[in-house]
Amino acid sequence: MKFAESPVLAPPLPSWRARAVLVLLSGALVALGGRAFYLQGLNREFLQAKGESRYSRVLEIPALRGRILDRNGEALAISTPVKSIWAIPEDVALAAGDLEQLAAALELPRAEVRRRLGGTERDFVFLRRQVPPELADRVQALGVPGLYQSTEYRRYYPGGEATAHLLGFTSVDEKGQEGIELAYEKRLAGHPGTRRVIKDRRGQVVEDLEGARPAQHGQDVVLALDSRIQSIAFGQLKAAVARNRARAGGVVVLDAVTGELLAAANLPTYNPNNRSGLTGAALRNRALVDTFEPGSTLKPITVAAALEAHRVSPRTAIQTAPGTLAIGSATIRDVHRSGVLTVAEVLQKSSNVGAAKIALMLPPALMWEIFEGVGFGREPELGFPGEASGRLRPYKTWKPIEQATMSYGHGISVSLLQLARAYTIFARDGVLLPVSLEKRAAPPAGQPVVEPGTARAVRSMLELAVQPGGTGPRAQIMGYRVAGKTGTAHKQENGAYAADKYVSSFVGLAPASNPRLVVAVMIDEPSAGEHFGGTVAAPVFAAVMAGALRILGVPPDAPMRPIELPPSGADIPEESV
Amino acid sequence: MRITLLLLALLAACALSLVTSQHQARKLFAGIEREHARAKALDVEWGQLQLEARTWALPSRIEKLAQERLGMRAPDAGRMRLLRPDRGAGAKAGE
Repeated sequence: MKFAESPVLAPPLPSWRARAVLVLLSGALVALGGRAFYLQGLNREFLQAKGESRYSRVLEIPALRGRILDRNGEALAISTPVKSIWAIPEDVALAAGDLEQLAAALELPRAEVRRRLGGTERDFVFLRRQVPPELADRVQALGVPGLYQSTEYRRYYPGGEATAHLLGFTSVDEKGQEGIELAYEKRLAGHPGTRRVIKDRRGQVVEDLEGARPAQHGQDVVLALDSRIQSIAFGQLKAAVARNRARAGGVVVLDAVTGELLAAANLPTYNPNNRSGLTGAALRNRALVDTFEPGSTLKPITVAAALEAHRVSPRTAIQTAPGTLAIGSATIRDVHRSGVLTVAEVLQKSSNVGAAKIALMLPPALMWEIFEGVGFGREPELGFPGEASGRLRPYKTWKPIEQATMSYGHGISVSLLQLARAYTIFARDGVLLPVSLEKRAAPPAGQPVVEPGTARAVRSMLELAVQPGGTGPRAQIMGYRVAGKTGTAHKQENGAYAADKYVSSFVGLAPASNPRLVVAVMIDEPSAGEHFGGTVAAPVFAAVMAGALRILGVPPDAPMRPIELPPSGADIPEESV
Repeated sequence: MRITLLLLALLAACALSLVTSQHQARKLFAGIEREHARAKALDVEWGQLQLEARTWALPSRIEKLAQERLGMRAPDAGRMRLLRPDRGAGAKAGE
C-alpha cells in the first residue's frame, strides 16, 4: 500500500487551512525581509560602528618634540617620557599604613596627599605630574587601587642655567612659552597620530585596522650657538658679576663674518629644569630683550657719522678744554680735562665734550640716518620673542643738547644685541650684518651703512682705545690685535640720572686685522668700588674673546708678547661719565 | 559518493589551514608589536643617554675636572709657538 493512498489521508481537509498557512508563512517572510532590510540597509553604519566598538580601539601615537641642538650637534634641549600619577579619589582605598607608604613613595608630605585624595567632589586628581619612571614604578608596586599612571613628555635642558634665557622653556603640556622654544614652536612641536586596532580580552593588540594616522615628530632646530663659547661667556660673566657685586649682566658674542649669534649669556639666571620659585627678575633677558643707555660705547658710531659726512678727519683737532661744554642751560662734563685732542684721541680718551662737539657739526638728519642704519631704534630681526627695538627719537624733535648727549650714548636706548650688531660695520668694512639665531650655510649679504674707508679708520681708532693711553687697556689679549670701546653710563632712576648707579659696558672686535668676532659685555650696577667700563667690563671682554678665539682656532695676528698694562696707580685715563 | 568524501576532506583541510594562517598572522603581529615597543623604549633610552652624556660632558664640568683632578691649565701665550702650514720652514727668518 502506498503512502499516498492511505485511507487516513483520504478525507479532504478544508482548503482554507492550507491557504492560511501559506499567508502566515509569507507574512512572516515579508516581516523578516523587512527587518533585515531595516537593519542591514538603513541602520547599517550605526550598527557596524556599535559592533566595532566592542573590539576595536583608537590608540594615540605620541609625537616627540624636536630637539634643540647647538652648531656642533650638542643637544641643548631634549624631551623624554615621564610618568604622571593620578587618582580617582572615590576608588582609592587606603589601609592603615598605606598613606605613609604612598606619601613616601610620592615624596610628598602626608598632609598634602591626604588633602588631594580628600576632595570627594572631584573624580579626577593629579597626585604628581612628570615624575621619573623609577618613582612611578615604586608607587605602582604599592598596589593601591584607584591610582593610575599616564605617560607624558618633559623637556630637559642639560646646559642648565647657562642657556636658560636663550632657550626659554615649555609649559607642562610641552608648548613653547619663552625664548627659542616659543620662537620655533611650529617646527619643534610634534603632532600626535592615531591608529585603530583590535584588542583581545586581555587588552593586547591583535590586529591593525585601516585609518591609521602616523605621528609627526617635531623637527630638530640647529642653532648658531656654540655651547663651548656660551659656557665661557657665562662663566666669565658670573665671575665678574660676583666680583663687582653687580645686579645683573649680559654678554653677546656675534660671528663677525656670518652674523650668527654664537653666545648670549645672562645674569641673574634660573635653572630651567626646576622652575619652582621663579621670579620676574630672574626671567629678564638682559642680552637680547632689555634695553639700556649705552654710554660711551656709542661714540664710535658718532665719529663714523662725522667721518662719513667729511666734517672731520681722524686728525682734526677738537678743543675739549676746559672740560665742560654749556649748551643752553645744561652742561656736558669730562671727568679729566684734556686740552686739544684729535678725533682719534677723543675716542681713545673717551671725551664727552669732544664727542658732543663732533656731533654738533653734523646735521641731525645725517646723524639719525647713521644711527638708524646701524640698527638703533628698530628690531634686530633675530626672530627672538620680545626682542627690543630700543628708543631712537625722530631727528625732527632733537634739540641741540639732545643731539650732543646722544653722541656719547645718553638719551638713546639699545639692547646689548643691537650694540654688538652695530659694531659689525667696523668689522665688515661698513656693512651691517643681519643677525641669526640659526646656523648659516654661507655669509649673508649685509647692508652697507658707511664707506669701507670710514669703517677702517674707526677700527684703527678703536685699536688705540684699548692700548695703554686709552680707556680700555684691560681688554687686550696676548697674540691678537683688539679694537673696542669702553662705556660707563649713569642709570636713570625716576626720570633723573642716579649719581651712584652705573651701567658699565665694553664692545669690541678681534682680530683687528681681519675681524672674526664681536663681543659685547654689559654689567649692571657694579657696586664693589669700581664702576668704569675699562675696569669692570673690559676684563670680561678679554677673557671671553680670548677663549672664543682659541676655540675657533683663529690664528693670532700680533706677536706673542705679554700685555702692557699701565702700572697700578698710574694715570689710566678714565672715561667721562 | 566518493567525490563527496574527497570534497569534504578538502574542505576540512582548507578550514584548518585558514585557522593556522590566522594564528600565524596573529603571532607575527604580536612579534612586530613587541619589536615596535622595544624600538620605542630604545629611542627613549637613547634620549636619556644623550642627556646624560651631555650632562657629564658640560664644558664647565670638564674644565673643573681638568683643573682640579689633572692639574691642567690653559698655556699662557709665552709658552705657545705658532706654526703656519702655508709657509715653509725656510721662511722663519722672515718672521
